[in-house]
Amino acid sequence: MSMNKASLECRHISLSYGSTPVLRDINLKIEPGEFFALLGPSGSGKSTLLRLIAGFNQHQSGELLIDGQDISGVPPHARHIGMVFQNYALWPHMTVWDNVAFGLVERRESRDAIRRKVGAALELVGLADYAKRRPGQLSGGQQQRVALARTIVIEPKLLLLDEPLSNLDKNLRVQMRDELKNLQRTLGLTTIFVTHDQEEAMTTADRMAVLDQGVLQQVGTAAGLYDYPDNRFVAGFVGTANLLEGELKMAPDGALQFHARGLGPLTLARPDAAPTLGAATLALRPHQVSIADPQQAGDAARLWLDGQVESAEFLGEFSRYRVRVGELALLSDQPHYAGVPLFSAGAPVRLGIDPRQLRVLTS
Amino acid sequence: MSASTVAPGRAGPSARPRPRVGPGAWLAFGLILAFLLLFLIVPVGTVIYTAFVNETGSLTVGHFANFFGQLVFRESFFNSLGVALASTFFASVIAVPLAYLTVRFEFRGALLIQTLGVLPLIMPPFVGAVALQLIFGRSGSVNLLLDDWLGFTIPIMDGLVGVTFVESIHYFPFILLNLVAAMRNIDGAMEESALNLGARGWRLFRRVIFPLAMPGYLAGAALVFVKVFDDLGTPLVMGVTNMLAPQAYLRITSVGVDDPLGYVISVIMIAFSILALWLAARVMKGRDYATLQKGGGALHKRRLTAWEAVLAYGWIALVLLVVLAPHAGILLMSFAQVWSFSVLPDSYTLAHYATVFSDASGMIGNTLLYCLLAAGLDVVIGTAIAYLILRTRLPARQWLDWLASAALAIPGLVLAIGYLRLFRGMHVPFSDQLVIHSWVLIMLAYAVRRLPYALRSCMAALQQVHVSLEEAAQSLGASRLSTIRRVVVPLMAGGILAGFVTSFITAAVELSATLLLVSSESQAPMSLGIYLYMQSIAGRGPGAALGVLAVLVVGLGTYFSHRFVERSRVTTSASTKA
Repeated sequence: MSMNKASLECRHISLSYGSTPVLRDINLKIEPGEFFALLGPSGSGKSTLLRLIAGFNQHQSGELLIDGQDISGVPPHARHIGMVFQNYALWPHMTVWDNVAFGLVERRESRDAIRRKVGAALELVGLADYAKRRPGQLSGGQQQRVALARTIVIEPKLLLLDEPLSNLDKNLRVQMRDELKNLQRTLGLTTIFVTHDQEEAMTTADRMAVLDQGVLQQVGTAAGLYDYPDNRFVAGFVGTANLLEGELKMAPDGALQFHARGLGPLTLARPDAAPTLGAATLALRPHQVSIADPQQAGDAARLWLDGQVESAEFLGEFSRYRVRVGELALLSDQPHYAGVPLFSAGAPVRLGIDPRQLRVLTS
Repeated sequence: MSASTVAPGRAGPSARPRPRVGPGAWLAFGLILAFLLLFLIVPVGTVIYTAFVNETGSLTVGHFANFFGQLVFRESFFNSLGVALASTFFASVIAVPLAYLTVRFEFRGALLIQTLGVLPLIMPPFVGAVALQLIFGRSGSVNLLLDDWLGFTIPIMDGLVGVTFVESIHYFPFILLNLVAAMRNIDGAMEESALNLGARGWRLFRRVIFPLAMPGYLAGAALVFVKVFDDLGTPLVMGVTNMLAPQAYLRITSVGVDDPLGYVISVIMIAFSILALWLAARVMKGRDYATLQKGGGALHKRRLTAWEAVLAYGWIALVLLVVLAPHAGILLMSFAQVWSFSVLPDSYTLAHYATVFSDASGMIGNTLLYCLLAAGLDVVIGTAIAYLILRTRLPARQWLDWLASAALAIPGLVLAIGYLRLFRGMHVPFSDQLVIHSWVLIMLAYAVRRLPYALRSCMAALQQVHVSLEEAAQSLGASRLSTIRRVVVPLMAGGILAGFVTSFITAAVELSATLLLVSSESQAPMSLGIYLYMQSIAGRGPGAALGVLAVLVVGLGTYFSHRFVERSRVTTSASTKA
């Protein structure tokens, strides 16, 4: 099966239910053959955007382009966009075979073509032996495969997946994630999926868009978003971050300093572009904060802060410490090996920060 | 069931904007609206209007003054009101303990009660009335035995008391079914917390359980009141004419369609029906007590103690005996050669069935013709209204539901009077036949009267279908119509079928509209046939035989609709376990 590779572009798309804005001025371009994730918490508008692409929601302003053509007014059934629903939406009154054949029957394809294509699609998802069953007789994972087969058999321009893994239990989820990824690579189909799970998005997607409150926050690769978040929301939603409020100032000697509230000035690495001075937020990943005994001499390239352990969580791969530094509480993750001493609550410690890993966020 | 209706972690389907309104939806809307206007609203409006105008065409309340000025009408009014209230009371007395027993206790009688719940409904009350006359009447089996053994008789089948008796044992299932459903929805935690706070036994029932089940009880009680208040067949068969429905019937059939008093009675009947339903709805407003949480348990069932078991089974046995009496009576009558002034028939024969099959096969055919068509029309309209309401953004779509449901408050007698008045003198297009002489009008009256049942059934069926099942079809290239044909209707099939059967069986035993609308003997359906046979002593045998056939038809229909609903529930709930 070879698939079309279509591109999708949203230009200034806005949508509101009554007076409640749900999507605000969304601009997004998804490249042909890309595996793209829409990531956000519930109520962020990610599902609304997906349904809008499928044609079930209608935006009030903006353009929705597939391969450069505006499809805004086209009804769902004429869009040729495949969608796999969160609850799979398999028709209980039809067999697996009839479910998969549905779209081909609508397209008035010949019996031979239907037989060939349905057979191939079921083969592809490993359910060739289940054709005569009813959806109710299948497990959750099998139901999802049927839903996938039903959608890709019509060779859609785009494949949309609404929370594809949320109805599966944890082990099955990892397995299906890999299967989805392989299937997408094999078919080369432009695929957009919605998820609230950042791990799911990071492990599966080529690129992702983070949404919050109907606003597109940032678009990029997993590493790009993780290393260079644009704002507080993205920093906190993609991975865990220490967020320090403060002010960005230029020291008399020309060094860039961040004055965190309740903490002394931190001298930052020289930025590439001229920074905006003033109120800002500093983001720092917990695993980039090293923790050490106060007596131990530290690496001089790091900034060292004195503090006291407030709580400690042992998680196996690493230990997460919550350390009180002045008025602030910072998280520090330490990789764990046998023999590495653990700090207990109340222990005085020093925190080491690499200035190059500090990210200044202006919003 | 629950999983297919709820999409976790997302706003329900109602929060989503629905697709645009197409010309097909407007067309369906227009056709249904025209149908309801022509065959429900305008006829009933004509009735109401006629009650308020005098010969010169100006508005007046003089007819009402005239009505209340005459002793016979005042008496009829208070008789109808009294019988309806008393029947509701006695139906409650029968139904409430039975409902409580089923829900609260673990014992074999529960299945018996569920059977009890439908048995009376499958026999039209006017048929039961004749059979009860033979068993509980002045010279019926029970009184003959009492007279022999104890030397006294109970005149329970005489006059208004008799009507109340027959109506109570016919209509108590409405209260039983609604109450049981409501009590099953009460969360066990409600009871546990009451117990925890010290309430138990009778006080627990009075202060917590019954108030929580109140909406179900009121819905059932209002229905019983309306049904009894509007019933024509039972009083007529029992020879009681000093009630409203018989008076209206007699005025229209003896004085004529122009007699204003028939219309006044119609308006009073409509007003009280609406009042009862409105009161029940008003009291229930904002008190949707379906408190059962997802995953929560229902009320706890406990075992009966020995004494309680004796009382419970005693009550059930007594009710069962009385409830089965009409069925047994009608069956005996259909086989009896002579049955008069004796406990049981003197000798038996199959002759009545032979008579029925030779004389009345036309009636059976008519019943099938009218009721199948009416039920078919009902589910087509019901499905269309359900779809328009739940799946489109058509403005004023809710009006279709309200208009169609308004038929609940319209007695069959009133609808028939409205038809006779509105279509009087009109001819069927392209023929010489008068509209009011056409059998189609009988069929349409059935369809309009039973539409609320079919509509509720279709609405419930469509609500069970998750919207994503339709969206999936659309995203795979199916148009609106194709989606409806290939996905929506097949998934609704169980509910549609149940609605069809309910419409069919209730139309099959409809008498009041039939009495007025049948213009020649060749048009008569079974229900009218039974009534006509029962008018003479000699006709009772064949009438009973026809009654047994009607009960069989209705009973089988009820059984199958139950099976269909159960089966479709299994297939749809197994499907989308989200």
